[in-house]
Amino acid sequence: MKGAPLLRLSFASVQFGPMRALRRIGFELNRGDFVALLGANGSGKTTLLRLLHGLIAFDGTREVFDSAVRQVMVFQRPFMLRLSAINNLRIALWLAGVPGHERAGRAAQALQRVGLAELRDRPARALSGGELQRLALARAWAVQPDILFLDEPTASLDPSAKKEIEALLAGFAADGMTLVMSTHNLGQAKRLATRVVYLDQGEVRVDLPTDRFFSKVAGASSDERADLFLKGELTWTLE
Amino acid sequence: MLPGMNDFAQSFKTAFDLIFAADAVLIHTVALSLFVSGGACLIGAGFGLAAGAWLAVARFPGHRTLVTVLNTLLALPSVVVGLVVYLLLSRSGPLGAWGILFTPTAMVLAQTILVLPVVAALTRQLVGDSLRDGGDQLRSMGAGAMTCAGLMLVHDRWAALTVLLTAFGRAIAEVGAVMIVGGNIAGVTRVMTTTIALETSKGDLALALALGIVLLAVVGLINMLIGVAQRGRGSALAGVR
Repeated sequence: MKGAPLLRLSFASVQFGPMRALRRIGFELNRGDFVALLGANGSGKTTLLRLLHGLIAFDGTREVFDSAVRQVMVFQRPFMLRLSAINNLRIALWLAGVPGHERAGRAAQALQRVGLAELRDRPARALSGGELQRLALARAWAVQPDILFLDEPTASLDPSAKKEIEALLAGFAADGMTLVMSTHNLGQAKRLATRVVYLDQGEVRVDLPTDRFFSKVAGASSDERADLFLKGELTWTLE
Repeated sequence: MLPGMNDFAQSFKTAFDLIFAADAVLIHTVALSLFVSGGACLIGAGFGLAAGAWLAVARFPGHRTLVTVLNTLLALPSVVVGLVVYLLLSRSGPLGAWGILFTPTAMVLAQTILVLPVVAALTRQLVGDSLRDGGDQLRSMGAGAMTCAGLMLVHDRWAALTVLLTAFGRAIAEVGAVMIVGGNIAGVTRVMTTTIALETSKGDLALALALGIVLLAVVGLINMLIGVAQRGRGSALAGVR
């Protein structure tokens, strides 16, 4: 059901050695959300994604409201095994517990969805950056996740590849998938997301619907540093 | 001509004569060498790949110490392995009842012990490096620790083959262990390296050197075949990052 809570973090903190990467984060993810995580480099976006996905140790509480919820993450630099594109998808489906007789069909369908059907037998690691990112999305989509985490999915892609990825993500969202995406691309957040979470120095400073966050009214984001970030005037600081 | 150059020239001639005459003793010696070292590598690969993959993902008290010990065993002297296996298999030893001392089986056992640390230590490093690169991503797809390690072995299969080749090189080139546990019995446990040692001690340097050339040629041929297979694979992966 759209709007139903899927995942909640309460007072979640992450420490890497002497550095505190996230501080007492409170965050709730609801079904149908498309959340854009914004913030400067080192603000904690990737760490928050990994925390939400359950990949790192933390202090605090992480509640998943339905144990059947399937979640997948697409990393900034997708890792593909030295196998063909289709076999990388088959392995993802095998890991997801999809029965053997369904894997070939679903893998082919996923490649079709991202426009890589013709490259199915090409070694995955021989694909271009844009193709590789599309393959990573196909791998994620193939297992039909409820939640898809994306770590800067269009970083270092050319404008045309970015556009293709954005179209795919918009399609996933239209299908009802819940997405959480870190990005430095404000236009992308504005175009795709329904909600913006602004992180600064490991803290959630702003959590607003996208239109309110990007409102032209001065101070609309309700946080001075977020407003400076939007204007590109946030100075880089060390703790 | 420099002193000794005649010996080299004579050695090459002897080597070619032996090869082209398909000398029965030479063929038997080469075949036994390949059987012993190949068998040891196969057994070592079975255990070593699994142990190395497991060590790459397992975390337990003493893990670091075990890895240090394993890495130290890379330099395990073959004569020490030979001596230990000899003591184990000799009549009064704990495995004396097996009655396999001075047989090719004992030689396979000794060389397996010799190559096992090589395969395990290099595999642990190989899988560990790949896991740092993509382990999180495999885990995020639902792979357990050993599944991650197994998939990384598939991912690095050509590098794993190189590990096995390194192990084979270590086995086929050693003389200490096979000499001690095999006894260098003509026609039974005499392999290329023990023959070279024997012929050198008898003063037949040309024959010893000729056998050395044959030994290198055999290893080189195996390397070449694997290289051809890798290149064939590589051309299909042109442009791979």
